[in-house]
Amino acid sequence: MRSLIIKGGYVYDPINGVDGEKKNIYVCDGKVVEELKEREAKVIDASGMVVMPGGVDIHSHIAGSKINSGRMLRPEDHRKEVIKKTKVTRSGVGYSCPSTFITGYRYAQMGYTSVLEPAMPPISARHVHEEMVDIPLLDKAAYTLFGNNLFTLKYVKAGDIEMLKAFILWLLRATKGYAVKIVNPGGVENWKWGRNVSGLDDFVSNYGVTPRQIITSLAKANEELGLPHTIHLHCNNLGVPGNYKTTIETMEALKSIKPKSGRKTTVHVVHCQFNALDGDTWANVRSGASKIAKYVNGHEHVSIDIGQVIFTDTTTMTGDGPWQFRLWNLSGNKWVNKDVEMEAGAGIVPYTYRKENPANSIQWAIGLELALQIYDPWRVYLSTDHPNGGPFTFYPKVITWLMSRASRNEAMLEINKSCMRRTSLANDYREYTFNEIAIVTRAATAKAVDLKNKGHLTPGADGDISVYDIDPLKWAPSRYRELEKAFTLAKYTVKGGEIVVKDGEILSTPPGSTYWIDSAAPNEAELVKDVEDDFRDYYSINIRNYPVEESYLPMSHPIKLEAV
Amino acid sequence: METYSDVICPFCGCLCDDIEITVENNKVVKTKNSCAISNSKFMKNDWGRIVSSTIDGKHTPYEKAVEEATNILSSARRPLIYGLSKTDNEAIREAVHLAELVGGVIDSTTTVCHGASIIAMQNTGVSTTTMGEVKNRADLIVFWGSNPAEAHPRHFQRYSVTPKGMYTPNGRKGRFIVVVDVRETRSSKMADQFIRINPNSDFDILQALRALVRGQKLSAGEVGGVRIDILEELADRMKKAKVGCVFYGLGLNQSESRHMNVDALYSLVSDLNHYTKFVTEPMRGCFNVTGANMVTTWQTGYPFAVDFSRGYPRYNPGEYTAVDLLARKEVDAALIMGSDPASTFPLAASHYLSKIPVVTLERKETPTSMLSKVVIPVATSGIETGGTAYRMDQVPLKLRKVVDPPKGVFSDAVVLGHIIQRIKALEVDSV
Repeated sequence: MRSLIIKGGYVYDPINGVDGEKKNIYVCDGKVVEELKEREAKVIDASGMVVMPGGVDIHSHIAGSKINSGRMLRPEDHRKEVIKKTKVTRSGVGYSCPSTFITGYRYAQMGYTSVLEPAMPPISARHVHEEMVDIPLLDKAAYTLFGNNLFTLKYVKAGDIEMLKAFILWLLRATKGYAVKIVNPGGVENWKWGRNVSGLDDFVSNYGVTPRQIITSLAKANEELGLPHTIHLHCNNLGVPGNYKTTIETMEALKSIKPKSGRKTTVHVVHCQFNALDGDTWANVRSGASKIAKYVNGHEHVSIDIGQVIFTDTTTMTGDGPWQFRLWNLSGNKWVNKDVEMEAGAGIVPYTYRKENPANSIQWAIGLELALQIYDPWRVYLSTDHPNGGPFTFYPKVITWLMSRASRNEAMLEINKSCMRRTSLANDYREYTFNEIAIVTRAATAKAVDLKNKGHLTPGADGDISVYDIDPLKWAPSRYRELEKAFTLAKYTVKGGEIVVKDGEILSTPPGSTYWIDSAAPNEAELVKDVEDDFRDYYSINIRNYPVEESYLPMSHPIKLEAV
Repeated sequence: METYSDVICPFCGCLCDDIEITVENNKVVKTKNSCAISNSKFMKNDWGRIVSSTIDGKHTPYEKAVEEATNILSSARRPLIYGLSKTDNEAIREAVHLAELVGGVIDSTTTVCHGASIIAMQNTGVSTTTMGEVKNRADLIVFWGSNPAEAHPRHFQRYSVTPKGMYTPNGRKGRFIVVVDVRETRSSKMADQFIRINPNSDFDILQALRALVRGQKLSAGEVGGVRIDILEELADRMKKAKVGCVFYGLGLNQSESRHMNVDALYSLVSDLNHYTKFVTEPMRGCFNVTGANMVTTWQTGYPFAVDFSRGYPRYNPGEYTAVDLLARKEVDAALIMGSDPASTFPLAASHYLSKIPVVTLERKETPTSMLSKVVIPVATSGIETGGTAYRMDQVPLKLRKVVDPPKGVFSDAVVLGHIIQRIKALEVDSV
């Protein structure tokens, strides 16, 4: 029997309303339990430390063809951080496109135990799962791309919501996916002809449908099916100054959708920072964060993650081909474009966010403004949209910015003052508490994707726990450097009841599970017939070779939907 | 008698996935939809197979051969692990692990093939697509230094020339096909336009095209043996295409200035996206050379030529590439799988290969297996074992097992797994 007692730490378990209470956590056979006798278990002394459920990252590009093309594109990036093999760990490279093993190690070292890959092109889903097998220490799931899929467009055009619902379930099962991801709906399809869409009511070539129709139809289908997560939406016009209007318009369009029972949200807007720009051009760009925050504060059907920018060299990669083309033209860096037949696309451009660049400074401020001005931490989550805003390894830095005005001041002082006037960050005096950090990095994210045994420490929950060596009673915001250190290398990370990290060092590398949706609609036979016909005509592979076999998920965790 | 449909052909980078295979008494007796090469690979799978392990040419039990392989690799100061392209991802994963474990160098056949293309991609990036987009949308196809009619026989039919797709209802009639090459080929004969260029003039011509695409006037009357008005016409055609695609082969990246040629092509294709939609795709040879690049990239960060001698991955084509390591005599043992370097490498490299202890995982006798100290027979990936392979456009497919391997013969992945186990056991013993 593997038993563990984490003794005497300050526990932050927001789902259970535990806010820094000094208590013991008991873990047995991989699960949190009510109580254990001390002589039957291994005891970790956590006195004077912070104890939280393991981190859950809702949006991080860790596996698949896109990140792998990024890795291939950037040998110069890897040379900044090389990692030797040890007796227990494999070697690899880090920084903005870390190799698979290193991705697992780095997350675990920060106390994260679950990560969700946000953009899986269906036809290369096998690739995503192959890489996820090589990412140890983390439980995972991947969101399947739907927003520019031939069949989505076809059923939206026909207004056939039942076929759309059947298709969503069929494709999630075929790709072993977990949620409906939408990237620049309509824009990526138009990009196949070298064009984009300009807003919610522009048309998708040859289909005659609009992004608004695609988004609302998918959201409606998503909620009627009762999928664990809302639609996961990368809005139109990403990176275009003035796009905050499109973002609010998009949120507004989803206000009337009826959410599944037990939840209030109908949309998660991803890396919102990139979609919260005010102004007309990059020359006069301003922050639109306050306007978005005001909208989100007044409407409980929206959640966002911030997509914080870090001042560093990173690799941008999105499923938004036309945006990456724009960024290539803006930056002059090297550019990879990858279109995916009938389904999706992607682009990759290396990019350096600089303090001396006014637009970058404003972007940096926007992420923090969103986090500070949206008052409900259950609906605004920490992310850097790894690696788009910056590598996930900078999360501890973002935590210090959120928890310490002094830390933000230090950064703001290095930025051009006139830029800071185009944002309202200097007026934000809010500082996150440890409890709020626990919400935006695990409790709320786990809840948003409805991973029922994650993000809390109720008996029965998974034994995924992180212990950080910082005393919340002695800590003050001026001591943000200690905070960053504590969150960078966890004192302990416990995964499935096993101590995997101690003093920031990896002790063992167990594999993680993969969660996916395993349900079928009643009208699936009709759908499959329709799909098969188009598949034969338009795809370059046979439909029989399309679905990902479950053998690609050695620790498969299928989820059946109740509503279906 | 059993028939398997939608089988994936494990020969070239096209990975055609519509092959029908009939099996009788564990032998492939009939294939359907396959090209001549594919048919031959399936039908002659059991010809001339190595069925027993050998050390110095003498038959030996499998366990002994694994033991000897382990000794060779663990006692070497800098072993080379080479090949990978004709096996599945499952085996490639193990090969990377093994290279890391013994502090060796791992390289794939990419090094003598599209390695130059990858170097170009690392310089400039690339605009590319999966093949279905070409089938559905492209109305201009350029084959540059590639000859699919002979090297990728079903490419025309399945992906690039004749298929009818969503916006290409007229198939061949709706597409304009250009072949650029130094000589006439079977591919050039079916083209709408054949542009013969002087050998080693690709770079000049591509740069001239870039200038023309940007609307610049050139004073030269001809470039690389091609009249300027022909190039002007081609540049114009490229800009006016709805969707264009350049499929290029080794004719481009193995002629003079190598990766710079591909660099110029990638830049031209990227430039064209200011006017219309343009993509390009390398014609990869071995069926899973793309997978070899993918797996080493996700595990180490680098697509080929990865050195582990410092305990972490390092990448430097020219320094850690197999040919260079062998020609400079920098490695002292080798494990070869999924390739036959003795017949494809330059003389200096293959000569040195014959001087060091070599472990080869092979299905049939090859020049490499003949010069090897240890030969371990393996199953045919994609016929006798399943596993994953990546098409030339990086679409991942699951290979199908249709017959059993000869008795006592394991897959590449299993053999490598056994070697890794033995090496780990040695490490524990020595502690």
